[in-house]
Amino acid sequence: MSAPNSDYDPVQVTPLDPDQVAAMVSDALAAFAAAGDLDALKEARLAHTGDRSPLALANREIGALPPAARKEAGQRVGTARRDVAAALAERQAVLEAERDERVLVEEAVDVTLPWDRAPQGARHPLTTIQERVADVFVAMGWEVAEGPEVEAEWLNFDALNIGPDHPARTMQDTFWVEAGGSGDSGLVLRTHTSPVQARSMLTRKPPIYVICPGRTFRTDELDATHTPVFSQVEGLAVDEGLTMAHLKGTLDHFASSMFGAGLTTRLRPSYFPFTEPSAEMDLQCFVCRGASVGDPDNPCRTCGSEGWIEWGGCGMVNPRVLIACGIDPERYTGFAFGMGLERTLMFRHGVEDMHDMVEGDVRFATAFGMEI
Amino acid sequence: MRVPLSWLREYAALPGDVSPRDVATRLIRAGLEVETVHEAGAELAGPLVVGRVLEFTDEPQKNGKTIRWCSVDVGEAEPRGIVCGAHNFAAGDLVVVSLPGAVLPGGFAISARKTYGHVSDGMICSARELGLGDDHAGIIVLQPDEAAPGDDAIELLRLRDDVLDIAVTPDRGYCLSVRGVAREAATAFGVPYSDPGVRPGLDMAGDDGYPVQVEDAQRCPVFAARTVTGFDPSAPSPRWLQRRVQLAGMRPISLAVDITNYVMLELGQPIHGYDRDALRGPIVVRRAVAGEKITTLDGVARELDTDDLLITDDSGPIGLAGVMGGGSTELSDATTAIVVEAAHFEPTGIARTARRHKVPSEASKRFERGVDPALPAVAAQRVVDLLVELGGATQEPGLTVAGSVPAPEVIEIPVGLPARVVGVDYPADEVTSLLTAVGAQVSPVGADRISVQPPTWRSDLTDPYDLVEEVARLHGYDAVPSVLPVAPAGRGITPAQRLRRRVERAVAAAGFVEAPSYPFVGEADFDALGIPADDARRVALRLANPISEEQPLLRTTLLPGLLATLRRNVGRGATDVAVYEAGLVYRPEPGPLPVPPRLPVDRRPTDDELAALLAAVPAQPRRVAVALAGDREPAGWWGPARPATWADAVEAARVVARAAGVALRVVNDEHAPWHPGRCAALYVGDTLVGHAGELHPRVVAALGLPSRTSAMELELDRFFPGGVSDEPVRAPSVSTFPVATQDVALVVDLSVPAADVEDALRSGAGALLESVRLFDVFTGPQLGEGKKSLAYALRFRAPDRTLTVEETTAARDAAVAAAAERTGAVLRGA
Repeated sequence: MSAPNSDYDPVQVTPLDPDQVAAMVSDALAAFAAAGDLDALKEARLAHTGDRSPLALANREIGALPPAARKEAGQRVGTARRDVAAALAERQAVLEAERDERVLVEEAVDVTLPWDRAPQGARHPLTTIQERVADVFVAMGWEVAEGPEVEAEWLNFDALNIGPDHPARTMQDTFWVEAGGSGDSGLVLRTHTSPVQARSMLTRKPPIYVICPGRTFRTDELDATHTPVFSQVEGLAVDEGLTMAHLKGTLDHFASSMFGAGLTTRLRPSYFPFTEPSAEMDLQCFVCRGASVGDPDNPCRTCGSEGWIEWGGCGMVNPRVLIACGIDPERYTGFAFGMGLERTLMFRHGVEDMHDMVEGDVRFATAFGMEI
Repeated sequence: MRVPLSWLREYAALPGDVSPRDVATRLIRAGLEVETVHEAGAELAGPLVVGRVLEFTDEPQKNGKTIRWCSVDVGEAEPRGIVCGAHNFAAGDLVVVSLPGAVLPGGFAISARKTYGHVSDGMICSARELGLGDDHAGIIVLQPDEAAPGDDAIELLRLRDDVLDIAVTPDRGYCLSVRGVAREAATAFGVPYSDPGVRPGLDMAGDDGYPVQVEDAQRCPVFAARTVTGFDPSAPSPRWLQRRVQLAGMRPISLAVDITNYVMLELGQPIHGYDRDALRGPIVVRRAVAGEKITTLDGVARELDTDDLLITDDSGPIGLAGVMGGGSTELSDATTAIVVEAAHFEPTGIARTARRHKVPSEASKRFERGVDPALPAVAAQRVVDLLVELGGATQEPGLTVAGSVPAPEVIEIPVGLPARVVGVDYPADEVTSLLTAVGAQVSPVGADRISVQPPTWRSDLTDPYDLVEEVARLHGYDAVPSVLPVAPAGRGITPAQRLRRRVERAVAAAGFVEAPSYPFVGEADFDALGIPADDARRVALRLANPISEEQPLLRTTLLPGLLATLRRNVGRGATDVAVYEAGLVYRPEPGPLPVPPRLPVDRRPTDDELAALLAAVPAQPRRVAVALAGDREPAGWWGPARPATWADAVEAARVVARAAGVALRVVNDEHAPWHPGRCAALYVGDTLVGHAGELHPRVVAALGLPSRTSAMELELDRFFPGGVSDEPVRAPSVSTFPVATQDVALVVDLSVPAADVEDALRSGAGALLESVRLFDVFTGPQLGEGKKSLAYALRFRAPDRTLTVEETTAARDAAVAAAAERTGAVLRGA
């Protein structure tokens, strides 16, 4: 750039004329305002703020002005350029917002479309109810004990005070394992989970508090209420000073944990070889809580308007069982209880037919989901 | 045991206003399981009267029947005309007539109605029509002089009674009698009881009756015999006797038989009557000898076992002792001289014989549960009394009572024992009074102990705790308070139990539905799976008494049950099914089964004995199996379906392994029942844990499964041979430096497993490798015959710095070099 020349050319400085600059600004603002979308705005931006735009050219002329005029022209052009840039930014923001708005509308989908693409699994209620029962007792400090399903006859019967000729052996229709050669195999499919109690007492030292869920077997034909393969849960506590009152307390807690707060149980005298005294245990009906008894207008389907539901058997561990399992009955007492889980599911969940429980139809288990 | 309440009241002085329901409730509270209260005759309404048939005319009908048009005197001014279809009566006979307005059992209302051309003004009744049993062969004909026309027949026939039906538990044999139940009822109501089993002044010993020799006094401790003669075999059973026997659930047969049954029901002592004229020589009680046979009363010829106890005479066996009599000496309609047997037999022997011959008779049911051994002489006398009174018989002099039973053993207990066990503070005098009510003799021993002599009919009372139960139940279980015991702090569920829950949840979350199946299988199941003859899975436990002869074995694999479940679901219309089962399989060692020792029960087994016992129980490892068919993902608006394949089965194994926290190694294998080219062996470390893949097409066809059905089975217990570890996981250090990625495509022979290539890449890439992922498999002519291209994405990262391009490239090159060396891989495009 040369020094300010003396032969001042008025034509060249025309763009710096205030009116002209103002016109440039208003042209730009009009163009921005007219731009209907971001592409049009981009064109307007290039035309009015680009290197070849009038304001850019005018800015370039400032250097050619005499020093005295430069300051004023510089301020004028600078102000004009800021105004234009501000207007551009403002318009840009408006158009971007409009575009974003439009894109969101265009991208809208029908979120009610079904998505059954991932296969749905489920666990069987006979499994999950075992876990639920176990959790109730584990929360009280009990442990979960297990044993095999093919069991030594001695553990299934003899150790539990069911001798070879005991009538109770005919009460339970036992699956016997065939011996390879002659004679008895000494093995059965366990008819109850009670051999796990025997195993627990033989392998643990008191105090013992265990819950034993598992599969059990009796030679019943499958029908609406029977199955040769079924499930039980049994509890066993052996400690100093345990009484039937502790059995009752445990059952009451179990009942209210499974069926609703405040529910209780009722004991009726009964007979089991491995307990003495023995009792049948009834659960207070969790649906009518006894209100249906003697009220024929409001019958209860769950308890048959009895007010109570037969739930299981229980009692104080027979000292003969303690002795066979190496526990001193003078020092320790124990209690035990057991109930069928199919039956529990039937009345807790309204299962109407045993077939549903054993046939493995996926529609049945799927209804129960992952926990129970 | 069915107990008519009218009978019960003969021995228990129950208040008159006590309802049958109240009696049932009190008995239940005392431990008798009263299942129902049957209100016999309650639905029957009169008028039901005695009538005399004055005359009748037989009138043949068009339908072939002949009806009788009868004129019947029912005690009114004029006889009534009644149509009757039966012919077993004569003019002058007394019959039972239901008059219009009466309602018979089943809601059958009687009215005067027109039939066979007459107006029948009532109905002459059969036994069945009145709920008196099954006899419908003809109408009831009463004894001459039994009643007069117009008498109330409801009363005469004792139609109305209430019957308690009680399920008697094995320990309460004495409640298989009205005597026993009445005692419980009297105790429950606190009312007087008169014991029909006690006859003061009766001769209880003698040897001058019918000769009896007991050769096995252990099995037959007491045998009483009495004889009557001059019995009138045509004498009818009185109504009350028949009715009671019938309400108690037995069929009236003849006076002599009804009396023996009546006394059994009354006292609980089974009775057998012999036709004395058919007996040959003395009665001998002995065990059977090998090859002996008997034809019992039910007409069955039975081969005897040397354990069977017999009643014999010179002709051979005449009865299966305590179980069932023989045909040769059976009471007949010509019998006039009867030898009455009332014996006591040892329970377990009777149980064995009844089981062996499958004859659970009324007698054996009672002997098995224990009959009062003091009864034989009393019961025999009671039978004789009734035969004399009702059958015109004469009691022969002489009584035989062979043997005797010692009094039950005295039990001494601390008087506080019931309180200690039950948790209820029973006062000492209440303990004594309750045990006395049971029939025991109680006497104090020192300050705080009592000695208890149980009554003869309570053979179940042998232990201190038996007495505790008596006190607790008679005082009432409802007095037992509810106290929650405090268990010591527990360890929660074990690592193995947690593992199982985790694994099963993961498999279910992966889209499989749990379907537990029965563990019963047969050889045909193994055949269908194509399992070779020498495969270890063919070594299975066999049940002696299976539900189905087709499936006598216990499963050694979960697949037969699971595949049957899959097929059942498909049969019910499911198209896409994925099921799983987690459960035990039963794996005996080949060869003869070890027999667990029969250990004593009067002490703890020694550690060695226990170890031998536990070792004889076959291995029962826990397995997890899945089976799936149809689409794994259905077609939808998102695109086409993805069919379930072998890969989903293998992935299920990976799901299990991930949940278990172990690395699963997958190796190509051939193993039934899988497709030989689509079968994966699954390893954890060097241990084979299972198999997965698509099933063999022959198996699919044999089992009728959907094509391409795939399955996985693995043994969870093999994951952790030393037990499930509870070791904490070491946390990784998470590098925040950038990742560097490199993709490589490697060309290998088609036969090279991708898993080998990946292993090689991992080992060659060194510590900087963060992950390697196969993202494409490609075959095509440009690769050459028998080649495939595997494209891997490798990600590298250092813990402490940003990797340079040189470092990353060097690591990649090392990985490729290792793959080249181990698998012959060639970098594609190199």
